[in-house]
Amino acid sequence: MEQLSVFIQQHIEMIYVVILSIFLGIEVISRVPSVLHTPLMSGANAIHGVVIIGAIIVMGKAEAGNYLALLLGFLAVILGTVNVVGGFVVTDRMLEMFKNKKDKK
Amino acid sequence: MLSKPDTARKGNLVAAAGMALAILGTIFLYESEGAKLHNYGWIFAGLLIGSVIGVMAAKKVKMTAMPEMVSMFNGMGGACAALISIIEFGHLAGDSGSAGAAAMMNLHRAGEMMEQLGSSSREFIEQRELIQSMFRVDYRGTLLIILLGLIIGSVSFAGSVIAWGKLNGRVKDFAFPAQHIVNLIVLGIIVILAAALLIHVNDVYPLWAHGGGRATGFSLLFYGVLVLSLIYGVLFVLPIGGADMPVVISLLNSFTGVAAAFGGFLYDNPVMLTGGILVGSAGTILTILMCKAMNRSLKNVLIGSFGGSKAGAAAGKEQGAYKEISLPDAAVVLAYANKVMIVPGYGLAVAQAQHVCHELEKLLEEKGVEVKYAIHPVAGRMPGHMNVLLAEADVSYDKLLEMEEANAELPTTDAVLVLGANDVVNPAAKTDATSPIYGMPILEVENAKVVIVNKRSMKPGYAGIENDLFFQPKTSMLFGDAKQVLQQLVAEIKQV
Repeated sequence: MEQLSVFIQQHIEMIYVVILSIFLGIEVISRVPSVLHTPLMSGANAIHGVVIIGAIIVMGKAEAGNYLALLLGFLAVILGTVNVVGGFVVTDRMLEMFKNKKDKK
Repeated sequence: MLSKPDTARKGNLVAAAGMALAILGTIFLYESEGAKLHNYGWIFAGLLIGSVIGVMAAKKVKMTAMPEMVSMFNGMGGACAALISIIEFGHLAGDSGSAGAAAMMNLHRAGEMMEQLGSSSREFIEQRELIQSMFRVDYRGTLLIILLGLIIGSVSFAGSVIAWGKLNGRVKDFAFPAQHIVNLIVLGIIVILAAALLIHVNDVYPLWAHGGGRATGFSLLFYGVLVLSLIYGVLFVLPIGGADMPVVISLLNSFTGVAAAFGGFLYDNPVMLTGGILVGSAGTILTILMCKAMNRSLKNVLIGSFGGSKAGAAAGKEQGAYKEISLPDAAVVLAYANKVMIVPGYGLAVAQAQHVCHELEKLLEEKGVEVKYAIHPVAGRMPGHMNVLLAEADVSYDKLLEMEEANAELPTTDAVLVLGANDVVNPAAKTDATSPIYGMPILEVENAKVVIVNKRSMKPGYAGIENDLFFQPKTSMLFGDAKQVLQQLVAEIKQV
């Protein structure tokens, strides 16, 4: 129990961030019309690509001789980037369709 | 900004820019204990390769295949999170083998030697304890985060790949008896193994540098968790029917978000944490919303094996007589109606008929017919799937009615054209308490004056149940591929 409270004290800012993010997430979703749920899902998909940052950190920290870590990290960076870039491009493509039509009107 | 279609695109770009900033910031500014990151070559090579693959995949994919794509990307994110956990596990082991553990080991030996010499002074023992307590790191917190990241990441990865395969039609629904019991057992084993790892981590790590059976066993246990998580991911998605796929993808999406958030905890990185949790909570809410739209409880979807075999067999006996309508007749019905409601479904997506559908709509409008689209929240394979498809075909989005609006207008509608939709217009959801979709909100098309249903065949829809609507007197069937039928229909209407 003591360790738990120490952990919480050490990470109190993080915990605030977590709670606020949860509320933000709920708020965001409840405002989005179901028309946009597909782009939303793919947008959210792109956003959780932030794991890429973790992958970069891992890569950056790996010692030059540690080939296993380098290889796995390299793979992680590639996968993460595909997630981020692909996610955003797909979302953009979807939303572009919504936009075109407005211009025409 | 995502709350309106107009501004959504800008919002997406802002998010993308933010992400780019976060990545660049991490690459150039991140410092850990005064040391900057290295291996820039590898990082940039990875980024470049990933970007190229990502853009290519995203540009090439057809609009109808969007759900597959999203689920694939999601899987990549999950795999990324799992890989990070694996590497960090290696680091943890490496760390403990370094300075701290070495110091403790030396201290321990020094103590032994002094005891052997019989000259163990009290002062030394006190000092030893002091130093030991300084170096005694609690690995449990870190390992817990690593394990959670690993489990969630790999479940998400394996699940997404299966989901992708299923949407593609490459992986068939597959359920064996007592599947959820097996699932629960696998999950239980994962939890037990993870708990075992956590309990023993502090005993094992100080000895890590010296290898030995325990340390190896410990690693094996860790990889065991990895393998079991992957297996669980597969088992978890396999039995879930196509109708539930959107829910699953959304759920896996939020899983990956949570995995990313654990990464944020691991590196004390607020960007990852915020992003991950945001997606996690948003994904969960979205999942719940979708479940509500389909009237399924989340538990129901999770424990799984919905629909399919059992329901199909039970409903088979009710097959009655249905009547077909010829193309010219259908054209006449539509052209002379005052108000036509189009109900698109997955059939439209498969046939890529959205453009022809828009053509039909324009043609009817020219003839003074009011045309609206009724969009069921889970029509297609993803919520809003139909909206995206129709938007691709330039259908104005104020013509798209959501379910409640559409149901309010249906009683005054002259003709309903159902295009490849089935379960979302099945009146059994309201009337038949034994039906597996009982209670699911549906589009009440039977309130309209005439219903024309275009389907490829009389086969039941994804939920695997017969649709009474097709046997009602006001319903006529128009068999064929949605695109061809619509093209012929357009040609016929031009002649009317």
